[in-house]
Amino acid sequence: MAYPYTHEREVRVMSRGFGDPASRTVEGWRKLGGYAALEKALEMAPEDVVEEVKASGLRGRGGAGFPAGVKWSFMPRDKQGPHYMLVNADESEPGAFKDRELIRWTPHQVIEGALIAAHAIRAQDVYVYIRGEFFEPALILGRAIEEAYQKGLAGSNILGTGTDIDVTIHLGAGAYICGEETALMNSLEGRRGQPRVKPPFPAASGLFAAPTTINNVETVCSVPHIVTNGGAWYRQWGPEKSPGTKLFNMSGHVVRRGNFELPLGFPMDELIFDVCGGIRNGRKLKAVIPGGSSVPILTADEIQGLACDYESVAEAGSMLGTASMIVMDDQTNMVTQVRRMVEFYAHESCGQCTPCREGTGWLVSILRRIEAGQGTLEDVDTLLGVAKNVTGTTICVLSDSSAAPIVSWINKFPDDIDRLVGGRRAGAGTAAAGTAAAEA
Amino acid sequence: MANRSDASDQITCTIDGQEVTVPRGTTILDAAEQMGIGIVHYCYHPALSAPAMCRMCLVHMEGAPKLVPACVSPVADGAVIQTDAPLAEEARTGVLEFYLVNHPLDCPVCDAAGECKLQDYVYQEGRKHGRSVEPKRVLGQDDFGADVLYDGDRCIMCTRCVRYMREIAEDDRLCVVQRGNRSVIDTFFGEGLDGSPFASNIIDICPVGALLSKDFLHKARAWDLDRTPSICPNCSQGCNITLDTRDNLVQRLKPRHNPEVNSYWMCDYGRYRYEWINRGTAPYPYGMPAPAGLEADEGDGSALPPAALPDRATISELRLESPMMRRDGVPVPVGWQEAILGLLERLRAVSGGIQVIGSPHHGNEDNGLLKRVQEVVGGDDAVYRAARAAAEVVLPGFQKLARRRDLAANTRGLDALGFRRVGDDSAAGGLAPPASALIVLGDPLADLPAKAMADAELVVYMGAVISPTLEKADFLLPLTSFAEQEGTFTNFEGRVQRFWPALNPPPMARPAWQVLGVILAGLQDGVAPASAGDAFLRLAELYDPFSGLSYPVLGTLGSMLNEPVRLRAGEEG
Repeated sequence: MAYPYTHEREVRVMSRGFGDPASRTVEGWRKLGGYAALEKALEMAPEDVVEEVKASGLRGRGGAGFPAGVKWSFMPRDKQGPHYMLVNADESEPGAFKDRELIRWTPHQVIEGALIAAHAIRAQDVYVYIRGEFFEPALILGRAIEEAYQKGLAGSNILGTGTDIDVTIHLGAGAYICGEETALMNSLEGRRGQPRVKPPFPAASGLFAAPTTINNVETVCSVPHIVTNGGAWYRQWGPEKSPGTKLFNMSGHVVRRGNFELPLGFPMDELIFDVCGGIRNGRKLKAVIPGGSSVPILTADEIQGLACDYESVAEAGSMLGTASMIVMDDQTNMVTQVRRMVEFYAHESCGQCTPCREGTGWLVSILRRIEAGQGTLEDVDTLLGVAKNVTGTTICVLSDSSAAPIVSWINKFPDDIDRLVGGRRAGAGTAAAGTAAAEA
Repeated sequence: MANRSDASDQITCTIDGQEVTVPRGTTILDAAEQMGIGIVHYCYHPALSAPAMCRMCLVHMEGAPKLVPACVSPVADGAVIQTDAPLAEEARTGVLEFYLVNHPLDCPVCDAAGECKLQDYVYQEGRKHGRSVEPKRVLGQDDFGADVLYDGDRCIMCTRCVRYMREIAEDDRLCVVQRGNRSVIDTFFGEGLDGSPFASNIIDICPVGALLSKDFLHKARAWDLDRTPSICPNCSQGCNITLDTRDNLVQRLKPRHNPEVNSYWMCDYGRYRYEWINRGTAPYPYGMPAPAGLEADEGDGSALPPAALPDRATISELRLESPMMRRDGVPVPVGWQEAILGLLERLRAVSGGIQVIGSPHHGNEDNGLLKRVQEVVGGDDAVYRAARAAAEVVLPGFQKLARRRDLAANTRGLDALGFRRVGDDSAAGGLAPPASALIVLGDPLADLPAKAMADAELVVYMGAVISPTLEKADFLLPLTSFAEQEGTFTNFEGRVQRFWPALNPPPMARPAWQVLGVILAGLQDGVAPASAGDAFLRLAELYDPFSGLSYPVLGTLGSMLNEPVRLRAGEEG
C-alpha cells in the first residue's frame, strides 16, 4: 500500500497499517497481530510489563526521549488512590504529524498500547488528550474505542481477565501549550492550560493530584510490539542508547514528504537524499530542523554522516526531538522563517511567566522590523540579548524553544540577517553573544 | 522522642553566606525573610497560593540546573542559596525589562506611583535604559464595578487579584482572558465586582497601578499621605487599618496586617465609611430612625449609607469649637479652666447621683474615666446606645474577619466597663428624660426633644459636634474624635487594640480622658493622667477586665481582655 510514499529501507512496525482503512477495525487490527500483546500483558504482573519495556530501552517519542520504562517505574507500587494514564495526542509542534497518522490509521494500536501502559502503572483510567484541530482522528479513535468496548477489549473485565480500564477521549481547544504535560493536566481538569511548577512531578501528583503517567502517542504505539516480541527483539534496531524504530515526519523542500518509519541511527543525509528523494527542483540543501521547530537548526554540512538518534543529534548541537524534520533549500530566507517560527511561539505563549509572555512578543516585533529592512545592527544584539533572557527563566520551556531557533539560525546563517541590517555585521562580537546565550 | 522529631523537623541552610535554621518545608523566600533578606516578588502573596509565574524571585541554589523560584521552593538541608548571585541578578534585571516592554510608564499620572513595586524594583535592579523601541500594546481601562477600576496597560499579570477572589473572597469573579501578551484580567459577562463585599482588597494587593480605587482616583500622591496606624471604627471587628491623611483629611483607609483579626483584609463597608471621621460625627445618623441601608442589609454589606443625610435641625455636623457654660439661661463660650472649675462646683453639689451615657465611638479610656466620675460622684445608671445591622458578613477565606452586626468599634469595651446597652438597632430610644444630673459622652440624643432636659439637675454634654437637643445643656465640652487622639478600642471578641492620632483637632477640642481625668483630680481622686497611656493604666487598676494590661502589653497587635482568665480562676476557687 502506497502511503503516501514508501521506501524499501523502511522498517514498518508501527506504521504497518498506514494507508489501509481496514486496520481501523478490531478485526483488521487483529489481522495485523493486534490485541495479542494486550492479552499477553494482562496475564503478566504490572512490574513484569515495566521490566520488559525497560529492557527494550524504548525512549519517549514526545521529544524529550526519556526512557519509558523508567518513567513507569516512578509510579507508586502500592496503589492507594486512583492512578491515571494519559496519552498525549496534542501534537502541535510545527513540523510534527506522526501522532495524527498513528491515530488515523491505527487507532487500535493507540488503544492497545494505552491499555497495556495503564495495566503496567495500575491505572484504572486512560485519557487520550487530542488536539482540538484533530477532528477526524478524534472521530476515528472514538469509533475504535466504541468498538473496543463492544468487543470486551476496554472497560470492565477486559478480555475476561477481571481488569477494568476505561478509555476516554478529551479534545483540546487548540492551544500548543496544552501539549506540555502539566498544562495538559490543567486543561483536562478544566483549568486554564498553563504548565505547573515542578516538582511535584506527575508520578507523585499529576492529574487530579493523583499519580499519573503521561506518554506520547508514538511511545504508546511502540509498546504492544515490545510486549509481543520482547525487549531484546526491539533492540535489533538502533544504537545501544536509542533502540527501536521511529517515525520520521519529513516536510519542507524534499521530493517525498510524509512519515517514514526507520530504525534510529539512520543516516540523516541518506534519509533526505535517498528516502525522501532529495531536494525539490534540483536545488541545494541549506538547512534542516531535525526535531520540530523548537530545536536548533543544522546546516547542510553538519548533517553529513549524522546518525538520527538522540545522542548523535545532541552531539551535533541540536535535538532529535520528535524527529519532525523540516528541510530547507537554498532559496529559503532564514529571517522570514525564524520570524514565522517565533510568531508561532508568541501566539502560543500561555502568558503565565513574564519572560515568555513579554519576551516572545518583543522578539517578533524586532524580527518583523528586521525583515522589513528597518532593522539595525543594534537590533540583532537586542534580539540575542532578549533570546538569552527568555532562556531558563520560566516554568516550562516554550520560551526556550522560541529562543533556540533565533540564536542558532542567526549564528549559522549570518548572511541572511546581515543583508537586511545593512551588511555591517562583523559577526565576531554578536556570535560570541550568541554562543553565550546558547550556553545559558 | 519529642526532641528528636523536633530536630529532624528543623533544617539548616545557608542564604547569602549566613546560616539559618528553619522548619522543614519552609520556602526559600520565607527563610530569607526571617533573616531580613528581602527577595523581590510580584505574584507571591503570603495569604494566597503561589503560582511562581512572575519570575522575580529567582535565586541561585548550588547544584540546581537552573535558577529556582524562591516563593515555592522549599529549602533543603545544607542547601547553599545565593539571592545576589550574578546569574540571579541578571535574570531579575532581564525580567524587569520585560515588564516594561508594554508598560505605559505613566507614573506621573498613576495613583500607585510611590507605592508601586514595579517602580521600586526597576529603580532597584532594572536596566538604566530599556532596549525596547517597539510600539506598546494598548488595552485601556475597564470599570470592574464596585470601587475598582482596571488599567490593563499597567497590569503585570501577577494574578493576585484573580487568586484573591477565588481563594479568599471565594467569589470567583475575575479571570485571565486570552493568552500570551494579549492576556488581560476581566470579569465575567460584564457582571463585575458589584455586590462582592470584600472586593476592594484586590486594590491593596495589586503590586502596581493596575487596580485603582475610583474613590481615591487622583485624590492624593502616595508620598503626600501620612499613614497612621488605627482601628477601623465602622464595626466591632476592629480591623487594623491605617488612616491615610492629607491636608488634615482622611483620604482613604487601608488594612494593616494583623493575623489574629483581619489578616491583610478589610471589608468594603468599613473601607468606604471614612468621611464622617473628617466631619467628627458618627458613622451613621446617630439616634435617628434606622437608615434604609442598614435595615435592608441582608448580608452582602454593600449597602451604602442613605443618600439623603438627616435633617440638619435634628443632627448637626458642626464641630463644637469651644467649651460653653450656661449663664442666665444662655450658653456662653468660656475657657477650659473656667468650664472645669464651674463643672466641679456643680458636681460637688449634685444631690441624687448622676446618670452617664457612654459612647461606643470613643475609646476605653474616655468611657472608663466617665464611669469613674460616676462612681466618685454617685449614681449607677451607666448606659450606651449603638447601631446594629441585620446580619454579619463573613469573609469566607478568612473567617475570623466579618463585618460584625455592631456598627461601632467599642461596644464590647463599654460592656466590660459596666455600661448597659439600651435603645434599638438604630441607636435610638431607650432613654427617659433625665431627672437627676446627666453627663453625656458623644451621643447627641437626637431622638429626644430639647425640652426633655428641662427637669435635669445638671446636664453636661461632651462631644465633637453640636447637638441641637443638648444645646441648652449646662456645660458643652468640645472633644476630639478617635482619629484625633490616642486610645484603645475593645473589639467584639474582647481584643483591646490601640489607635493613634491622625488628624489635628480643632484647637480647643480635648480628648475626653483628659477632661474627665482633670475632673477626677478635682474631685480628689488621684492625679490627672498625663497621657492616654496613663489613663489606660487607671482603667487597669479600676476595672478587672483590663487588669494587667498596658499600652506596652497591647503592642501593635492588641491583647485580649482578661475576663476569661478571671472566670477560670473563679471556677477553681
